[in-house]
Amino acid sequence: MSRHVVAATAEVPPGGSKLVNVKGRDIAVFNVGGEFFALLNRCPHEGASLCHGRIVSLAEADEPGRYRLSRRGELLRCPWHGWEFDIRTGQSYCDPQNTWVRRYAASVEPGETLAKGPYVAETFQVTVEQDYVVLEL
Amino acid sequence: MSEVLNAPASPSRAGPKQRLSVVDCDIHPAFKSGADLYPFLSERWRKHWATFGHHLRQGLSSTLAHPRMSPGVARADAWPPNGGPPGSDLAFMREHHLDANGIEHGILMALRPGGCDERNLEFGAALCAATNDWQIEAWVKPEPRLHAAITVPQEDSQAAVREIERCAGRPGFVQVNVAPRTDEPLGRRRYWPIYEAAAAAGLPIGLHIAGVPGHPSTGAGWPSFYFQEHHANAQCLQAVVTSLVLEGVLERIPALKVVIIEAGFTWVPSLCWRLDKHWERMRDEVPHVKRKPSEYVRERFWYTTQPIEEPERPEDLNAMIDWLGWDRLMFSTDYPHWDFDDPRYAFRAPLTEQQKAMIFRDNARALYGFA
Repeated sequence: MSRHVVAATAEVPPGGSKLVNVKGRDIAVFNVGGEFFALLNRCPHEGASLCHGRIVSLAEADEPGRYRLSRRGELLRCPWHGWEFDIRTGQSYCDPQNTWVRRYAASVEPGETLAKGPYVAETFQVTVEQDYVVLEL
Repeated sequence: MSEVLNAPASPSRAGPKQRLSVVDCDIHPAFKSGADLYPFLSERWRKHWATFGHHLRQGLSSTLAHPRMSPGVARADAWPPNGGPPGSDLAFMREHHLDANGIEHGILMALRPGGCDERNLEFGAALCAATNDWQIEAWVKPEPRLHAAITVPQEDSQAAVREIERCAGRPGFVQVNVAPRTDEPLGRRRYWPIYEAAAAAGLPIGLHIAGVPGHPSTGAGWPSFYFQEHHANAQCLQAVVTSLVLEGVLERIPALKVVIIEAGFTWVPSLCWRLDKHWERMRDEVPHVKRKPSEYVRERFWYTTQPIEEPERPEDLNAMIDWLGWDRLMFSTDYPHWDFDDPRYAFRAPLTEQQKAMIFRDNARALYGFA
């Protein structure tokens, strides 16, 4: 297990995402209302690149023509077949027991802590003024 | 916890695990706009299109009958960065699909406005001819991996035969496409000249739902939802297979080969079991059907894979393929449409190396004569 600085928080605004590569894995980092989450960038159904999906709300309907939206910006819709995943947990909305996207722990840490070490930033410039998203894997 | 690595954004998709080269039997090219077709239409038909538009069969006639799953019926990641609808930019299609997925040959399915569903038959013939010329000039000549299917005005079989004869000798055409949901079931005599011309040219008939011909998409009438319409492709093709067999088309034209595109294939065994049972009991009604229906089907039909069936027990799919014959299934993606199948993940149950090679490449190479 190691920790990786993958973005300055300012790079990924609320509702945005960034695709990063850590240890050869494509990982999509999401900002949901100021909280950061990281999912493997591969739909468990047929492998689509999830960072190309739209960030949507939970849509529920009791009958045709009447629907309501909740949890705005917390679901991710696969760009191909429309599978929807909870960005917080990686679980599929319609098949939560069997279908989920691999999730990675993401946290936000101040540059001050990171710049001091024991971390070493190789080519990624870490400055004390900013906050950074750190993945653990 | 000892290091913090640089992690640059990686814009490229992970390389395909599927190293086997692939023949994709269903790729949809699109016009940037109808003007793409103008160079291939005579002044008379350009004026007609500008004045009257094409197929006036329903209200809101330039739309499809049901709202689609995704805008443009397309994968959300397939919109070309330089603009235009998905499937309209060859350079982007190369990068996004042909190169990324190892496609060695791809067969074009030009859906709209193909002319196949045009009420004005002469205009339909002109649109088909223009679509065929456009496929060659805009896609096949610049990209030799791509091959075209001859779109025909199927309700006017004389014009359809003329179009087949005009195109068949030219390089780049590997199939004759007929859109099901025709004015009569496709086994009816009015369509036989099309099959005879295709067989004489050595080209298979491709059956891919296209156009808005005015008939309900299900045998039970107009559906309420796109969900139903999507599923109805399989039902439609069951009726078409039955018609081709029982009208005696396959008996009368021994060289005819038929490819069922984007309509599934696991229904074929159960349909054949029913047809065979009734043929044993009721064949005096159709003496021109000399052999068991399943024999014609096994010999003369091929199937493309997308949208692949996904049974709860993945190995059930392989049992259905055992019945069809492993030489009958040809991989397809339907790029750039939303229900695209990825060659890496479409099949859930393990396939042997030989089965993989057949489905992803060799069956289509053999049928279409690709090297």
